[in-house]
Amino acid sequence: MDGAAPYVTADGRQIGGVLMDMRGITLRFGGVEAIKNISFDIREGEIRAIIGPNGAGKSSMLNVISGFYHPQDGEVWFRGEKRKPMKPYQVARLGIARTFQNIALFEGMSVLDNIMTGRLTHMKTGLLAQAIWKGRAEAEEVANREIVEKVIDFLEIQAIRKTPVGRLPYGLKKRVELARALAAEPKLLLLDEPMAGMNVEEKEDMSRFILDVNDEFGTTIALIEHDMGVVMDLSDRVVVMDYGRKIGDGTPDEVRNNQEVIDAYLGVAHD
Amino acid sequence: MSADFLYGIEVIINGLMAGVLYALVALGFVLIFKASGIFNFAQGVMALFAALTLVGIMEGQVPFAHLINAVFGTSIHHFGWQVPAILAIFLTVLVMIAFAWAVQHFVFRHLVGQEPIILFMATIGLAYFLEGVGDLMWGSSIRTLALGLPQGGSIWVEEMTNGLGGDDFYGFFIDKLDMVATLVALVLVAGLVAFAQYTKQGRAMRAVADDHQAALSVGISLSYIWVLVWSLAGIVALVAGVMWGAKSGVQFSLSLIALKALPVLMLGGFTSIPGAIVGGMIIGVGEKLFEFTIGAPYLGGATENWFAYMLALVFLVFRPQGLFGERIIERV
Repeated sequence: MDGAAPYVTADGRQIGGVLMDMRGITLRFGGVEAIKNISFDIREGEIRAIIGPNGAGKSSMLNVISGFYHPQDGEVWFRGEKRKPMKPYQVARLGIARTFQNIALFEGMSVLDNIMTGRLTHMKTGLLAQAIWKGRAEAEEVANREIVEKVIDFLEIQAIRKTPVGRLPYGLKKRVELARALAAEPKLLLLDEPMAGMNVEEKEDMSRFILDVNDEFGTTIALIEHDMGVVMDLSDRVVVMDYGRKIGDGTPDEVRNNQEVIDAYLGVAHD
Repeated sequence: MSADFLYGIEVIINGLMAGVLYALVALGFVLIFKASGIFNFAQGVMALFAALTLVGIMEGQVPFAHLINAVFGTSIHHFGWQVPAILAIFLTVLVMIAFAWAVQHFVFRHLVGQEPIILFMATIGLAYFLEGVGDLMWGSSIRTLALGLPQGGSIWVEEMTNGLGGDDFYGFFIDKLDMVATLVALVLVAGLVAFAQYTKQGRAMRAVADDHQAALSVGISLSYIWVLVWSLAGIVALVAGVMWGAKSGVQFSLSLIALKALPVLMLGGFTSIPGAIVGGMIIGVGEKLFEFTIGAPYLGGATENWFAYMLALVFLVFRPQGLFGERIIERV
């Protein structure tokens, strides 16, 4: 692995070893190759972006990481172990939380209840024990509630705590979804276009939250984003995809000056 | 107070209690439909099967006795013991949980992502399969359910209310079994609500009912939750089967109570537990009151057979999503 030694970033964040390693991933839907033999890694503590034009296969890649899609070829390594093909809920239990491009929240439940579902993987008391041993279940609920309240404070959504999610505006829904993912205290946080459809102000808020999450909790983040400016400001390293291939991988500066990347984004004259 | 007015009240009370029984059946439908989008046609047969199993276990009957005798040339039919009701209920619950697991494992696991109509067809197949299994396991004769539940009119209520009216009024007639059924239904619903609100599994169940994808992403196993809701529906079916079985004997026509739940669901909405309860009450009171005021005097009676469907049909025209069902809005 090149450059796998831990280092400290210019703004003083600790970047550790490789957390997730994607090796030669190929994903096909029938005859269409959505991902063509892509390898890249995500290191502990970094913000890793996956960018590319529409239909490049970015979301597919995220879905491979989170177990919604299963690649035909390639290996997924997580925390130094090769991961067996897993269902999404098993991946979540490994400590990989995610948000969705089109927001997948529990619309009928309150903001608080939604975020509490993020704690489900941490709740150990069994069904029978909850009925018989009321005290222990309550203690567990309180402990989980404390973490959830911390996340709520952190994302500044105290005021809407009891509101049913279905009534919230789009920008706040995005934030609640992030809160639910954070409540799981994930080792790896996957964000699928966290700023899609937001106005400038909302984008700035969301960028700040993403940076703060990474900074304060040291959470490793992999995100997909369209907005190039945002990506370049946020991320430590960037993977660029185009038509299912990887065409660039490196720091924002390296990627920005990569000719192939420029061509993919701006188009190439055909003669 | 005039006797007619008091008899009207009696009709309403009896209607409410009948409504509770309808609601019990409808509840089983709602549980499964909410969590998985499957309209479980087999709910009525599940009630029958649960009641048959309970009676069979209590009487110490050997399951599949006919089959065993036919294959091995033996002639066994009973173990020769009686199982106490509490233990038998517990064992029946275990059987219903095993059934829930089998349904998920052998049927619906293979149908994930299929059209709702396919899932519905699968439940029809399931209904007749289960009816056959019930027949093979416990035989097809009519049984009485000897749970020791009180039956007949409550003399106490009759005497207490006797003085309310004039000479024409002899007090309210209220069936003790209906009173027990109401009580049991209340406990069951309170238990279900507490389960859904205050346990981790309940929260997960609500999450799955709301959004499958989101539920997966927070680490909820869908198949586990589906086994759970089918188990709960099985327990609800057991309660419904016991109550209806105690009323009219445990026989194969018991499975037809599913048809009684349909108008309740149309009224209350397919996705709402309060809807199922209120819908049941409205149907129960509505059909009794209609029979009492219009049906019996003017239409020659027996309106209870069709009134519920009429009411549901009228309701459908004006509020297709039911009383509490989720509104259907299609954005263009």
